[in-house]
Amino acid sequence: MREVIAFIIMGIGVTFDFLGCLGLVRLPDLYNRLQASTKCVTLGTILIMVGVIVFTGWNQIGFKALLTLLFILITSPTASHALARGAYKAGVKLWDKSVCDQYGGEK
Amino acid sequence: MKRFTLFIVLFFVWILLVYSKPLDKVAFRQNLWIGLLVSLFVGVYLGDLLPERVGKFYNPRRILAFLGYLPVFFWYCLLANLDVAYRVLHPRLPIRPGIVKVKTSIKSESGRVALANSITLTPGTLSVDLVGDTLYVHWIYVRSENIEEATEYIVKRFEKFLKIIFD
Repeated sequence: MREVIAFIIMGIGVTFDFLGCLGLVRLPDLYNRLQASTKCVTLGTILIMVGVIVFTGWNQIGFKALLTLLFILITSPTASHALARGAYKAGVKLWDKSVCDQYGGEK
Repeated sequence: MKRFTLFIVLFFVWILLVYSKPLDKVAFRQNLWIGLLVSLFVGVYLGDLLPERVGKFYNPRRILAFLGYLPVFFWYCLLANLDVAYRVLHPRLPIRPGIVKVKTSIKSESGRVALANSITLTPGTLSVDLVGDTLYVHWIYVRSENIEEATEYIVKRFEKFLKIIFD
């Protein structure tokens, strides 16, 4: 029973990861791609880790999965912020059909 | 207080890393001593690198606010994923992207960082830069270019929790 629940959670996680990758291919510019990949890959990987915890219980593997989960939750949005800001400073343009850019007007 | 907090956190993470289920007592005792010495060293010498007073987080009101914030955060995180799934799977890509400016009233630096990270993981928004009390947010479907309305829509749902936790 526990295995079945774990596999269902991991399956949902892998589905979100897949949607993130699909977004990476389909969306038009760097910032939109970053949106899709950050959100989906963060939650997807967290769900896979939760599945691992449910599968193994609280032993050495479970605790390491818990730590991985926490580090991903903290570092992933920070990394995407750094990428977006770095790309903007390096001159990567927004998509042609973007409606506004209030960041660039300031400088 | 900073040093003590850093020591406790490091030592706790170390215990989680070296724990094993059929517990090997000798190896675990050795690991515990090494961990104690190293986290004591790091805690004492590098503790004052933490950005601000951490003593205030031992306040029960802040801890309760944090526990109340977690389900809200995970709910929006799930909504964000369903939102991305909808936009990516829709054949005509319903997006209307742009970078908007929003204001926050949180005073504490780490509170602002937590807000920026929360904004990144919630539906349709990605924080690009944080200058003083102004956040620049990339919005995948811009509903309003007005600063007040955008603030109302993006920032308000987390601000009330984060204000109690960090300010």
